[in-house]
Parts: sequence; C-alpha cells; structure tokens
Amino acid sequence: MRDVAIIGVKNTCFGEQWDRSFRDLVVEAGVGAVDDAGVVGERIDSMFVGNMSGGQFVEQEHIGALIADYSGLAKDMHVPSTRVEAACASGGLALRQGIYAVASGLDDIVIAAGAEKMTDVPSARASSALAAAADREWEGIMGATFPGLYAMIAKMHMHKYGTTSEQLAAVAVKNHYNGQFNPIAQYKSPITIESVLKSIMVADPLHIFDCSPITDGASAVVLAPADIAHEFTDTPIYVRATAQASDTIALHDRRDITTLDATVSAGKRAYQMAKMEPRDIQLVEVHDCFTIAEICAIEDLGFAKKGEGGIVTQNGETAIGGRIPVNTSGGLKSCGHPVGATGVKQAVEIVEQLRGEAGKRQVDGAEIGMTHNVGGSGATAVVHIFSRNR
Amino acid sequence: MIIMSVPRFWRKQIARYNLVGTHCKKCGEYFYPPRNMCPACRREGEIEDFKFSGKGEVVTFTVIRTAAEGFEDQTPYVLGIIKLEEGPSLTSQIICDIQSIYIGMKVKPVFRKLGQDGEQGMIYYGTKFVPEKC
Repeated sequence: MRDVAIIGVKNTCFGEQWDRSFRDLVVEAGVGAVDDAGVVGERIDSMFVGNMSGGQFVEQEHIGALIADYSGLAKDMHVPSTRVEAACASGGLALRQGIYAVASGLDDIVIAAGAEKMTDVPSARASSALAAAADREWEGIMGATFPGLYAMIAKMHMHKYGTTSEQLAAVAVKNHYNGQFNPIAQYKSPITIESVLKSIMVADPLHIFDCSPITDGASAVVLAPADIAHEFTDTPIYVRATAQASDTIALHDRRDITTLDATVSAGKRAYQMAKMEPRDIQLVEVHDCFTIAEICAIEDLGFAKKGEGGIVTQNGETAIGGRIPVNTSGGLKSCGHPVGATGVKQAVEIVEQLRGEAGKRQVDGAEIGMTHNVGGSGATAVVHIFSRNR
Repeated sequence: MIIMSVPRFWRKQIARYNLVGTHCKKCGEYFYPPRNMCPACRREGEIEDFKFSGKGEVVTFTVIRTAAEGFEDQTPYVLGIIKLEEGPSLTSQIICDIQSIYIGMKVKPVFRKLGQDGEQGMIYYGTKFVPEKC
C-alpha cells in the first residue's frame, strides 16, 4: 500500500448562499483545490464526492456524474466520479475512498470533495431530510428529531456525569470565538454563555445555540502518492491514518447512550495505523453537530476522561493555545455544517494548520492533526490523522 | 408531508400496535424493534415472534419543542428511550406532565395516535408510554 498526501485544498464560503447552486459550489471547491495543487486536469484519475441528500435538498441524484460534467472532466476525459453517502459523515467517507484509490496504486491524482446545498428548501424540510440519517421506521415515526436524539445523549450525560448546561454552552462559545478568525465561517460573531442559555430551547437541554446551523458549502482536496507529492507542492500533508467504524443505526440500541462506540473504535484503529496515541495529536477537528457531540467526541477519542469533556472545555483546555485545541475552524457550530462537505472541510482546516497558513487561528508549531466525522447519531464514524512530516 | 407510506407502515403494524418484537431461541436475546437476524448468532440464530409486556423504565428523555415535520401540532412532547423489562430499548413518546418525568421512571404502554397526514390523510396508530402510576 502506498503512502498518500494531500497536495491541494479549497473550501467555498459556508453559509446561506441564495445566489449559488449546488453545482456552482462544488465546482468552485474542486477548481480551487486543483489550482492550489497546481495540477492539470488531464492528470486527474478519479473523483469521489460526499453528499448526503441531493435527492431531498435539491431533488438531484447522480451527483458524481453531475460534478464531473460541470468540472469539465466528463465530456472529453470521462474521469470516473463516485458519490459517497453516510449521512453527515459522507465527506469523511469520500476522503477515505479517495485515499483508498491512491493507496491501492490504481489511481495517482484523485479529487475528494464534499458538498451540500441545504437552503433551497424550507428549514422544516431540511430538518426532516436530516432526520433520515436516524432510523426512520423506529425513531422518526415516533417524532424524533436530530436535536432530540442528541438531547437524549446530553440528558444522560448530565445525569451520569454531572455535566452542566454551562459546560455545553462553553463548547459553543469556544467554537464561535474560533470561527471569527475563519474567513469562510457562517458565523463570525463571538457569543457568550448567557446568550447560549437564553436562546430558545429546541429539545431540552439543547438550546438553538447548542445546535449547528443549516448551511450551503463545498470543500475539496487533491490527493497524490506521497512519493510524487513534492512535484506539486513544497508542503504536502501526509495521511497517517484513515479509519472508519459502524454502530447501530438507532440510538436506543447502543451499548451506552453517552459513548459513541463507533468513534471509540475508529479512533483506536486510527491510532494503531499511525502508531500514535492521543497525546501525539496537536489539534483536532471533531464533529460538533451539537455541543454535547463535541464533549462526547473528545472523551471517546481519548482527549478527556469519560465524563470530563465538559469540565475540560470549561477549563479552556480545548481552546487555541490550550492543551489540545479542538475545532480551530469554528467547528460545525460556527463555521457551518453543509453535511456532505463537513468531513472534507475538517481535512482542509487541518492541512491549513499544518502548513502554517491558518492566520489568527493558527496553532503554533502544529505538525500532527486529526479529523473526526460522524454520521447520524453515531452509526458511522470516520477518523483521519495527518502530519506535516512523512 | 406524508409521515410514512401506507404499505410501509402496515407491514409492521402488529409490531407497532401490540409491541410484538422477536426473540432468538439460540441465545435468548429479545429484540424490539423486531429483527429478523440475531446480531449475535447471525445465520445460526433461531428467530421467533415475541410479545413484550411493555413494562419498562425511562433511560433518557427530552422535551421536543421544535417538532419534526408532521408533528408540529403536538409540541411540546416528551420523547424518550425506554428499556423494556425483557431487555431491549426503544424510542417512543411518553405522555405525562413534562415537569414530572425523570430518568428511571417506570412506564407502561398505551395505544395512541402517532400522527396524521393532514386533514384527509391516513392516521397512524402505535404504542406510546405513560407513567406506571397514573
């Protein structure tokens, strides 16, 4: 198996983009990443696109071909293009499939992209589309919503470990603080603990400011064999681990409601593959679709003891400059969460950090970073580890 | 908005109305929602139908204030995970005073309307839960 490197990256702006279509967004991200890599189109061997629900959000399936077409890679070059779906982990999976393609030796230059256009439908419709990531027949039919499922995780976490609403809010406050330094972020305004606690309750104990927003956006990276990466860039970022794990689709079937076993498992596989431990990781982008999700993630990935994720956050250990900076991009919470794009956006953030190009949100001297992308309430988890040195 | 198509709902009607799940005779595990393959024994398993007593307790819960499509007129409603006395857990609404619910509360099943496809559409029935003492 060959080592793989990321040689180009690009995020579009994240947010409500009334004037831009699904295909506009993906093409901008794809072309941007290819430009960043300095690759000519003729060298592209294949593409993978993470997309959760083009069918529900823009009534468009066959996303792979659409993207190849509008990127100018279909009509003459007939570049194979594959859409990958695992709900909110679609982007992470597209990246993983791209890494597989290069590592296998079958393809050299591969685009891994992710995209979602969510604001072309009313927000109630968007919420229902997202609820399809849970078990439609045994959760959705009972009136479960996504905030509702994570709220039940939060309620249990509070009951079991004494986690507080203030600690949940501290996640949102930190991520909004980081987001103000990210030019692509949907929300660039800092918020306070009080404003989170005063915001309307969506599903107890989660307020609207505990929830990630509905977002349009796309992200892309260009992958290449590590051996030729220096032909394209002076700062290739190396893929040290790619890992994925599954768990029960329904929250009620989990071994422990407060632990995402898929995250634990994917994390362990990633650490093993990279021959690393949690203390080797210098920054991490975790899947904070809700504030409680970040607390569970940092526990399940080994950055905090089980039950202490809230305290660790409150103490500032996950802030930029802290022991383990979490979600320097602003996370899903502040940067935005175009579901199919998120897993790729996380990788773009880590690449910018490891290249030293993250501006005011730069983690000094960062050489090793991790991404963690979750589908549904935890039925899929994808973890990647990247490093500046091979 | 159609909550679920008629055949899709009808297919599992007995399970939804009467809390009928399944049981693996090989390993003794109980499943609700029903599973046709035992996740532990897989191809070696022996699955049969099983009617649950419906007695259980609240594992965790939330009060939904922003509803899913089709459930808007029910807010606020309590959604919970309930562990049945035979072992499996399920997701359901709990009908009770939203101030009175707590983790560990004993509950029992009731036959209730789950939702309706607009004024003229199909009405969905199924099992919700109420406090055991009520």
